[in-house]
Amino acid sequence: MNRITPSNAPIFWLLFGAGGVLSALFGSALVFITGIAGPLGIGLSADALSYQRVLGFAQNFIGKGFLLACIAFFAWHAAHRLLCTVHDFGIHKTVFVKSIFYGCAMVITLVAASSLLSVGF
Amino acid sequence: MNTQVKSRGPYKRSMTGWWKRDPFFMKYMVREMSALAVAGYAIVLMFGVLRLSQGEAAWNGWLAAMKSPLSILLHLTFLLGMVVHAKSWFEIMPKTMPAMHSGGQRVPGSTITRTGWAVTVVASLVTWAIAAWWKA
Amino acid sequence: MSAPTNTVTKTIQIEVLRYRPEQDSEPVWQSYTVPYTDDMSVLQGLQQIKDDQDGTLSFRWSCRMAICGSCGMMVNGKPKLSCQTFLRDLLPGPVRIEALAHFAIERDLIVGVDKFVDKLQSVKPWIIPKEKRELSQGEYIQTPAQLEKIEQFSSCINCMLCYAACPQYGIDDNFVGPGALALLHRYNADSRDGGMDERMPLLRAAEGVWSCTAVGYCSEVCPKGVDPANAVNQNKVNAAKDYFLGWLKPKAKVEGGKA
Repeated sequence: MNRITPSNAPIFWLLFGAGGVLSALFGSALVFITGIAGPLGIGLSADALSYQRVLGFAQNFIGKGFLLACIAFFAWHAAHRLLCTVHDFGIHKTVFVKSIFYGCAMVITLVAASSLLSVGF
Repeated sequence: MNTQVKSRGPYKRSMTGWWKRDPFFMKYMVREMSALAVAGYAIVLMFGVLRLSQGEAAWNGWLAAMKSPLSILLHLTFLLGMVVHAKSWFEIMPKTMPAMHSGGQRVPGSTITRTGWAVTVVASLVTWAIAAWWKA
Repeated sequence: MSAPTNTVTKTIQIEVLRYRPEQDSEPVWQSYTVPYTDDMSVLQGLQQIKDDQDGTLSFRWSCRMAICGSCGMMVNGKPKLSCQTFLRDLLPGPVRIEALAHFAIERDLIVGVDKFVDKLQSVKPWIIPKEKRELSQGEYIQTPAQLEKIEQFSSCINCMLCYAACPQYGIDDNFVGPGALALLHRYNADSRDGGMDERMPLLRAAEGVWSCTAVGYCSEVCPKGVDPANAVNQNKVNAAKDYFLGWLKPKAKVEGGKA
């Protein structure tokens, strides 16, 4: 009969799925706004990404939540997918290998969470 | 029974470079590699909020870095990656759902894909609007 | 269209990856010149070789009409049923044929199917009734809508093309695989069946749905439109639900969940 190994994949798959949806819906726009249009002042006012404005956004309950969700879920999505990709290239998903990928996602999540909390409300 | 002739010797072929064997697999790899853009941008954004929490000078440093040609180039590749991700995400989405029916007819996968794109366009416009007009 | 066939014989090169364990340490390509007509399938090409040129060439076949699932092989690198693949579409040749990918070659174009058969058995491919049913209750009534939920998944002819297409199976053949999981889904989704809980340990295992990364090539190559990719990936939701909520069910058997 077929081997049966219990799996904790659902946890990481849900995180992967949430991040996949979020990055599909918002990723392109966010990259364009914060990385191209904003810095270059294309179609956005010069102060669109000014400290006061972005701080206000991050202090807003919804803005804070949105930023944290994007950073964290993007990280968990990428971690899971890149882990699967290195497996596709022949590297086995040992506990050590998994810890590296998911560990990075955890670090990114924690740094973002603590930063966004410390800017206050 | 002839014990001198080897009658079985199953031969297992190597999986090395399997993804180069077929264009379908290459497209799959490109789809998976788009996660590098998602990861890269998450890290950039993480540094953004970190610098934000460290005060105005730190934030302006991050913003200055965003204005550098290297950063613009990097974000253009991120943008490409995000678009590849979104495209392939909505293409595979119908496969992840049970068959849906509407008015007695089966909803084709292409409808689900196009709906995903439509929602993305709306979400992008809303994001843009907030970035352009939101007041603290 | 072409000259009368008794004056001009069209030929095509067919290259076959040979493997005879008693004489070959590894597979070796052998080329044959095969006279062909426009109506010939790849299978007929192989049969011409075996009948008239080289009787040692070994390959499986039966129905010649894409329903028995015996003649699966790689044709120019793609998993195909040789009876359903036509030489006229592969011109000018050469046509390269090898045994189904991701399986160990037994001889020439013949692969070992034992593990696949085991996988089919392991998904419990029979109706497990929701409750005990007496003969006097008569037959089950099933609406067209209920039938539609399972019909495509019941069309599998066990040809294993999807396994040849699946790189995850190629990397780790402990993966239950697209065909067996489509079969599992066919029974879970049957209105007469109540066996989802019994099949769940396998479904939610690492060797179950979680080995799948939604490459989707399995559904591309399936000659019967089963869409195993859909069967596997929609069950990720079910497997996840069972993982998070399964312990709430009174009779659920839940493993410790070690990674």
